[in-house]
Parts: sequence; C-alpha cells; structure tokens
Amino acid sequence: MTERKLAPSIVNPLDFHLTLKPYEKFTLDNGVPVYSVNAGVEEVMMVELVFFSGNCYEEKNLVAATASFLLKNGTSEKNAFQLNEHFEYYGSFLSRACYNETATLTLHCLNKHIGELLPVMEEILCDSLMPEEELLLYKQNQKQRLSVSLKKSEFVAGRLIDSYLYGEHHPYGKYTSHEDYDALNREELIEFYKKYYSKGNCMIFTAGKLPSGFEKVLNNYFGQLPFRNNFQNPSIATTSSVKAGEKFRITNDINGMQGSIRIAKPFPNRHHPDFQKAMVLNNILGGYFGSRLMTNIREDKGYTYGIYSYLQNHVQQSAWVVSTEAGKDVCEATIAEVYKEMKLLQSKPVGEDEMKLVKNYMMGIILGDLDGPFQIIARWKNYILNNLDENHFYDSIRTIKTVSSDELQELAIKYLNPDEFYELVVV
Amino acid sequence: MIQFEKFSLKNGLKVIVHRDTSTPMAVLNVMYDVGARDEDPTRTGFAHLFEHLMFGGSINIPNYDGPLQMAGGENNAYTTNDITNYYIQLPAENLETAFWLESDRMLSLAFGEKSLDTQRKVVSEEFKEHYLNKPYGDVWHKMRELAYKVHPYRWMTIGKELSHIENAKLEDVKLFFFKHYRPVNAILVVAGNVTTQKVKELSEKWFGDISSGEKYIRNLPIEPVQTEVRKIEVKADVPLDAFYKCWHIYNRLDHRYYIAALITEVLSGGGSSRLFQSMVKEKKLFSAIDCYHSGSLDAGTLVIEGKLVKGVKMEDAEKAVEEEIEKMRTEKISGKELQKVKNKVESSIAFEDMSLMNRAASLAYYELLGDAAWMNDELEKYNLITPEEIQQECKVIFRPENSNILYYYSKN
Repeated sequence: MTERKLAPSIVNPLDFHLTLKPYEKFTLDNGVPVYSVNAGVEEVMMVELVFFSGNCYEEKNLVAATASFLLKNGTSEKNAFQLNEHFEYYGSFLSRACYNETATLTLHCLNKHIGELLPVMEEILCDSLMPEEELLLYKQNQKQRLSVSLKKSEFVAGRLIDSYLYGEHHPYGKYTSHEDYDALNREELIEFYKKYYSKGNCMIFTAGKLPSGFEKVLNNYFGQLPFRNNFQNPSIATTSSVKAGEKFRITNDINGMQGSIRIAKPFPNRHHPDFQKAMVLNNILGGYFGSRLMTNIREDKGYTYGIYSYLQNHVQQSAWVVSTEAGKDVCEATIAEVYKEMKLLQSKPVGEDEMKLVKNYMMGIILGDLDGPFQIIARWKNYILNNLDENHFYDSIRTIKTVSSDELQELAIKYLNPDEFYELVVV
Repeated sequence: MIQFEKFSLKNGLKVIVHRDTSTPMAVLNVMYDVGARDEDPTRTGFAHLFEHLMFGGSINIPNYDGPLQMAGGENNAYTTNDITNYYIQLPAENLETAFWLESDRMLSLAFGEKSLDTQRKVVSEEFKEHYLNKPYGDVWHKMRELAYKVHPYRWMTIGKELSHIENAKLEDVKLFFFKHYRPVNAILVVAGNVTTQKVKELSEKWFGDISSGEKYIRNLPIEPVQTEVRKIEVKADVPLDAFYKCWHIYNRLDHRYYIAALITEVLSGGGSSRLFQSMVKEKKLFSAIDCYHSGSLDAGTLVIEGKLVKGVKMEDAEKAVEEEIEKMRTEKISGKELQKVKNKVESSIAFEDMSLMNRAASLAYYELLGDAAWMNDELEKYNLITPEEIQQECKVIFRPENSNILYYYSKN
C-alpha cells in the first residue's frame, strides 16, 4: 500500500542555488544601450524600445498616453491600415504602452521575418504623423470606453485610491476625464513625439533565440537615429490632500451587488532597506493563495472571490495596497478582518511552519519565473529601469532565506498600522 | 514539433510525458472529461463549483495548497463548458509531491460540509464579480439561451442562476465526483525536466491503485438546425448601445471548424482586419468591434459584437455589418489576405508553445479530442485552406436563418 498520509520527501527550495542569467550589453553608434538575453529553443524573438516618455514627462493630461497610442497610426509613407497590415502580414505583434516614467514600443515576431519589420519600426520612430483624423477618432472612442469603465466600481476605486496616495496632480495619482480628451490637440502631440520619441532617451531590450550578428542589424536601423541616453527621471513630490487613515464610502451604482475595497498607504521604493523584507511580509499578509487574507476572508468566510495585498511597482514612490471585491453586505466585515490580520502580524510572530511555507513558496516562484528568455529579460528590465543591478536579485534571495519572524514582526509594527491606511469602498 | 510519449495504466488513466530539459521546472496537468455541458439543467454551474471543492481537502490530505507551496509549487484550475483542467507547476526535483496531491484527490475528496458551504459563497461572489456587477455582464447568458434551445451550451459555465449554486447539496457533490472524476475519464500530462521512466514509476505508484470507474458516455441532445432568424432586445443601465450577432458553426473535429476560425481572423484579427477598418475607421459606426468564435468541442458559434458610436442607429450599424459579410459571401479573398491570417496562426502557435504549462494543457486537450499528436498538425490544417473554401463557408455560415441577434440598448 502506498503511504498516502505522509508527504513525499522534498528538496528544500531554500537549498536551491538560483542564478539570474546575465544580459549581454552593447551600445549602438548613437549611444543607445541594448540589453539582450539570447536563450530559448523556439525561433521567436522580442525587441522592445523603451523611451523615457511616460506620463511624468507630459505638461497636460493624456498627452503622453495619446502620443504612445497614435505612434503607429500613420507615417508619410503608410497610413494606419498599411502599417497594421505590414506587421500583421508577417504574423508579428507590434504593441505600444505608456507607463508613468516610460513608454514602450514592442515587437514580437518569428525570427525569419525580423528583416521586414525593423525598417518599419524605424519609420514609425522617425516619421509618425499622428493625423488629425486619427486623433478625432481616438478621442471619440476613448471617451466611449471611459464611459463604460466608469460604470465599474473596481475602475473607479483604482483611480480614487491612487489619487489619495499621490495627489491628483502627481503622475501616479492623476486620472482622466472626458474633458481631458476634448482638450488634446495635434500640435502638442507632435511636439511631444519629436522631443520624447524621435529625439528621445531610448534603451533597447531584446530576447529570444537571437540570430548571430543581431547587434549589427539593430545598429543599422536604430543606431543612426538622433536618440539620446539621459535616463534621469524628474522627481515629482506627492501632494495628497487627504489625511492618512481617512475613510471613504462612495456609491457609484445604487444597484451594485459588490463593493470594491481598497486599503492603502504610501511605502518607499525598491531602494529602501525594508523593501525586500516587506515583500516577504506582504506574501504572508495577502501575496499568494495561502496568505492570511485569502485563508481567512475567502477560504473561511467566503466574503469574496479573491483578496490580495501588494506593493505597487513604481519607480519613485510605492504604496502598500489591499484590494478585493466583496459582497455589498459583507464589505464592513471584510475590512474589519483585514485590520484584524494586520494587528495579528504586529502582536504575534509568524510561526515556524508558516515562515518555512512562505519562503519555500517564494523560492519556487522565482525559479519558475526565470524560465525562458522573455521572463529573464523582463526581470532585467525591471531592475534596470529601477536603477538596480544583479545584487538586488541576490539580495532578495538572501532576504527570503534569512529573514526572521522577529524582523517581520518589527516590520509589521512599523508599517501595518490600520489607522495609517486610506480606506475606500466603492459600490 | 512537440515530442511526447504516451502510455496507459491498467485502470484506464492515460498518461503523456513531454520532456524538456531546458527548464528546471515540471508541470503536472490533469484534465477531466467533464464540463458545464454535462450538467443537469436544474443544477447548472455545478462543474465549476465542483472545481472549487477540489481544493477543499482530499481523503488523506486535509490541505491541498500548503504541502505544494512547501515544495515551491503553485497550481490552479479552470472549468469550461467542455472540460475541467487542473495544473501544478513546481521544481522538477519535487515532482512526487504533485503526484501525491493530485492522486489523492482523484482517489477521493474529503467531502466536508464546511468546504461546500464556503465555496458556495465564494462562487456566488465570483458570479457577481464577473457577470452581475458589470455593464453588459449578462450578454452571454441571454445569447446562449437565444442560440441554443436544447444543447447544454444554452447556459454559461458559471451557471444559469445564483440559486443553482446556492442550492448545491453534498450528496450531489459525491455523485458528481464518482461519476466523472475517475481515472478512466481523465488524462494526465507530465511535462518538463522529467524522464518517461520516472513518470511511469510515479504514475503506477500514485495513480495505479485508484479504481478505474465507469467510462462516462456522453449523450447530449443535438441542437436542431436553426431555421429562422432569432432576435431579442434588451434595455439596461449601460452607457452605450451594443450589437451582438452569432451564427452556428461546427464541432471541433469538423474540418470546417478551421475555416470558420480563419474567417474570424479575416474579419477582426487586428488593426488591418476588415470589420475594424470599415466599421471603426471608415464608417465610424462602432467605437469597437470584434469577431471571434467560441472554440468549443461541440458545435459552437461565430460571433460579431460591437459598441455603437453614440447617436448611430442600431439598424444602420447592423446594415453596415451585413454589407461587410455580403462581401465575404460574394467575393473571394485575396491570396495575400489569406496568407496574412495563416501567418498569424503560425506565430500564435509558436508563442503559445513557449510556455511549458501551455504545452502540457494542449497535449491533454488534443488527447481528449482523440490524439495528442494532432497538436502538431494544427498549422498544416490551417495552411491547406483555400480562398474558395472561405467563400463557400461564408455562404453557409452567414445564412440569415442561422443567425441570432441581440440589440442591447442603453436606457440612458
């Protein structure tokens, strides 16, 4: 008979020797740094241009996001349809995204087509026209989208909690209105595009099974462009107008069946000495399926489909957030349980078994996360954009392995005081 | 080309091994041949509720997640109208932990009242979060009921109504388990840094002595051919009017399934697709429009849905969509346009197969369809499709009497 009650013996994940495959770095003729991870077995690759052209560079709301959106909506050679058709014909995916500090133009493709695609990426970065007609359509359709989003309590809650944390004028806290769309004009988009894309500060990340001589290819298309390489983000002070600990109850939909709960407080960025330890404490609180919040509020009480806590992934200033959608009639009970769990972490050290559990789990997740070239480059990109190096990776492994329950309790006492959290429910 | 080996245990459990030594991880994937289509019409949502109960402790192991996390692993599951799939990813060295956990819950659940009680609530909240507390959240509830009159695709995986979930009894749970969750109705895939020899040993050890169970013979009502257009109107508290239309297509094994899939790509596979270009960019009737198909095992539907630009009349929007469809019926698409959608299929497959977890789930899925090896023939099936076939199928699929229409009006 197979012994089924006892767990099979395991290799302790804390004994894993985790390594982060280093990137290769080279510099294009114009000084643009290229970080690459050559790995993988499939004939696929990713090329991502990161521009320092995110929200924090705009002088007027939405200019950065709109410039990013309209990048591939027309050049003097090709209109939006033709640009899309070109990338789609080769089965590739060209996407753009705008964040707070940076904005990206990312290509995923089969290796065999790369030669057809890079020249048109270059074209987009030199000669995007952002036609008036495209802008008009964008305004109309984005306003319609916004109207739908505003009906969702989770969307409204997400906007509000960020504005409490950072203030409505901070890049991390400001949000969009219909009027902001109306106020956009093409001239300021073109100006922004020229300054922050065509002549912008750019770095490149690439990964996959890269063909030999790929450096030359990249240099050929992107090395002669007037890009710059000053990667210093402006630092903008947060200007929250609400007091820590303030509580908000908002009704967005009188017939809503659930409340979107957000409980949050400011937290320092990744360079702070407490950050790595806080990641471990956060996992225990609400960072994985076995967390205290999930175990208590979902698996014991059934108040919600899911509850999580996390540290926001911001460059300058972060926040510690608890987030869930709970039944309308159990929102207050849910909030009470969240605070109960915070206080418990302050008053009682985490037991040995739970410490071991969360540490092992985190090690396993990192191991799985390092699997494949796209995952590895994504981790590197996150480090580089946060001005961190490989030491951060090895420090975080060391922290997971060595942090003690006493240290976590001290951390909970320092950071998890319920009355320091903004508390919000949107129904 | 995805390599694999296949064998069966005496109790009928099929096992597939896919070796990839480039990763330190292993994936253990168990797919059960049961989904929402197998439910009693008065107890819908049960297959999915049951998936939740699979995490509530098994006969010898009170806590499923804890030991897995201790071994550095993570897991999840999903239910569709067709199948239920459970997967674990963990460091390859600790593969046996996955075997231990997964086999014990196939042996028997603990069937605790507390777990049922909690998960009923959790699933009710999931129902609210995804379908009730969302603008347009009830669309598929209505569309399924419109398009299907007898086939169980007429309800959603989450269930027809909250009360079905709230009324679930422990007795139902037990019956469901011993009917569907038996080795003979399951496919086990182990992928990653593993050897077939080791997987054989572990499969025998952990799954070998579980009683085989009875093969579930599916005997679902066949949806009669639709003979006239069906149309409903809804008024709801949403900001924009929306248009939904769907047509019956083919089951997963029918070669015309692939043709229908390519038709959806031609119509809305990206920024250069026909519907986006004509409806959103040129005529400015829709602010967003999509075309996709349900991807189901039994005959599913091909769908066009879009949000209308404010001020546009529903009838005008519909007429413009019809004109675009008419082009598909009367004109052959160019070789270049066809090649474009085939190229997209090719790269989508390549990117999907990068993930070990996807490869494991796909192998299980194709084995459930009939043979895991079919996974490697997919691209070829798409590549053989001709412009003539696309046109011919458009004539058949887009018959008005094959269509179901929902006008979703904004009350405001």
